[in-house]
Amino acid sequence: MILLQVIVGGLLLGAVYALLSAGLTLIWGMMNFINFAHGEFVMLGMYAALLALTWIGGGPAVFGPVAALALFLLGVLIYFGLIRGVMRGPMLAQILSTFGLALLLRYSAFFVFSPNFVTMPPTVLSGTLDIGGILVTVPQLVAGGVAAALTLGMHLLLTRTAIGSQLLAVAEDRSAAMLMGIRPDRMQALAWGLSAASAGIAGALWAISFPFSPAVGESFALIAFVVVTLGGFGSVPGAMLAGFLVGLIQALSGYLFEPIYKDVAVYGLFVALLWFRPQGLLGKTT
Amino acid sequence: MRRWGLLALAVALLAYPWLVAGTDSAAFLQDTGALVLLAAVGASAWNIVGGYAGQISVGHAIFFGAGAYLPLLVYQHWQWSPLFGVPLGVAVSLVIAVFIGFPTFRLVGHYFSMATIAVAELVRIIVGNWDFVGAAIGLQGPATARGWYDVIFRSSVPYYYIFLVALALVLLVTWRMQQSRLGYYLGAIRAGERAARSLGVPVRRYKLYALMLSAAFTSLAGSLYALKTGFIDPDSGLGILVSVQMIITAALGGAGTLFGPLLGAAILVPLQTATNTWLGGSGSGLTFIVYGGVIVFIARFEPGGLLEMWQRLRTARRGRRGEARHAA
Repeated sequence: MILLQVIVGGLLLGAVYALLSAGLTLIWGMMNFINFAHGEFVMLGMYAALLALTWIGGGPAVFGPVAALALFLLGVLIYFGLIRGVMRGPMLAQILSTFGLALLLRYSAFFVFSPNFVTMPPTVLSGTLDIGGILVTVPQLVAGGVAAALTLGMHLLLTRTAIGSQLLAVAEDRSAAMLMGIRPDRMQALAWGLSAASAGIAGALWAISFPFSPAVGESFALIAFVVVTLGGFGSVPGAMLAGFLVGLIQALSGYLFEPIYKDVAVYGLFVALLWFRPQGLLGKTT
Repeated sequence: MRRWGLLALAVALLAYPWLVAGTDSAAFLQDTGALVLLAAVGASAWNIVGGYAGQISVGHAIFFGAGAYLPLLVYQHWQWSPLFGVPLGVAVSLVIAVFIGFPTFRLVGHYFSMATIAVAELVRIIVGNWDFVGAAIGLQGPATARGWYDVIFRSSVPYYYIFLVALALVLLVTWRMQQSRLGYYLGAIRAGERAARSLGVPVRRYKLYALMLSAAFTSLAGSLYALKTGFIDPDSGLGILVSVQMIITAALGGAGTLFGPLLGAAILVPLQTATNTWLGGSGSGLTFIVYGGVIVFIARFEPGGLLEMWQRLRTARRGRRGEARHAA
């Protein structure tokens, strides 16, 4: 029974991983660009949620959208201020730009919020549900459910709407999209906004149940790399599947061995993937 | 002209400890000098794969850590001279380099960067929980020298000259590499992998060579660090900031140039020492905010680093002077 409970917990965690990784994979798929600051976006989402809760009040229905909006704006700003300029530059500039950005955001957060761990004040979401003997906390259930719904929503946005077609058109062929009257700059800015917003909400959802500090970004970035590689770069459904898998692996290895092996198992999985199946589970070979 | 410049640089580097010996803070200045050289060795080593081959490693701390841990490990367990650990560190680094490079160099550059950061984190967690290598507490070298073979000196000057020899070695190898087939192949790979491959460059193999060469020298830098400080723990040997330091030092001076890393070290190390002295412990956080900002700025506006910027300004001025002469 405990094992079943661990599995459910892992899947709920995995939904949050899926959401934040969907953001990373969107940027990779559209622009062939890896955002090393993605974990820092997740971290900023947590603090945005905390600040919104203390300043505005309300519950997750308030701080979730606030975190999403704040990170959306940050993503668009970063696209126009930094990414657009380095995109056509050498590989060195592309990788260093977001890597430097990650440092800048992480240590600025240390400076502003102090390096200590903080916990969200209790919200309307509290208590534990007993579903046929399996105990699940309400915040985790809500976080997992909302994250899964939003990831699915992102997939539908990309595949079923006009905006999604425009985004994919730019990803496919930038100049052809321009000839069709699509402005690639706007679409790419939108992609950065959506990507950062998904990281922001994922951070806010995660923060309801777990304590956090400015240092958590790095491990989220690594988890997102693992999920995106496992799911195949650029594939949102792949990220969803891989997110659940990584959450499950983390929960099981933490339960069956020792908690420190949680991360060892996930990073080890990443290294193994690079050796044996770098195109991921659902990815195509290119 | 260039030869005279090199000679002047060599004389200045050789004479530095002696030149500052008369000042009030001689010991401090000599120590800073040694640290500049050490940072330059590490950054020059990173430069081989990150600058010349254009494969951005963000996990070079693994190699630095291997080089730093093994000398102290052989002392801790068997009371050997730490010197025995230096070649062992190089050997371990080479194995890790192949382990990372072999699978990821099939793929485009981002995979390599992500793999380096993941393996570095993995190694840091494992070392931090492994009692044999000191776990979270770390390892300590000999407290007092049993003989010359423990490489312990009270003054920084002997370390300064040891580091200078190491720097000369890595720069000499890099310079020879630049003019060899390896150097030309790496230049082609950096300019465009697909084009290089279509011209018959064995891209994957040569990227791996560059990484192995780079790993070996990074390991040497780690060993030198451990010999000087006599202490290593997971953060100072394997933390992400160790990698950051190498990257920013090389990129600031000029990645892919011979003397860029030395220039970067000569600017950054004194700057960091100064901020730490002025701001105390709280300064280190600020230092990394500045580092992040500098990396972003270089990436966005000056990917060639300071050396390239200087060269561009110089040719621009010369060009203007030439035009003026024509007009006259």
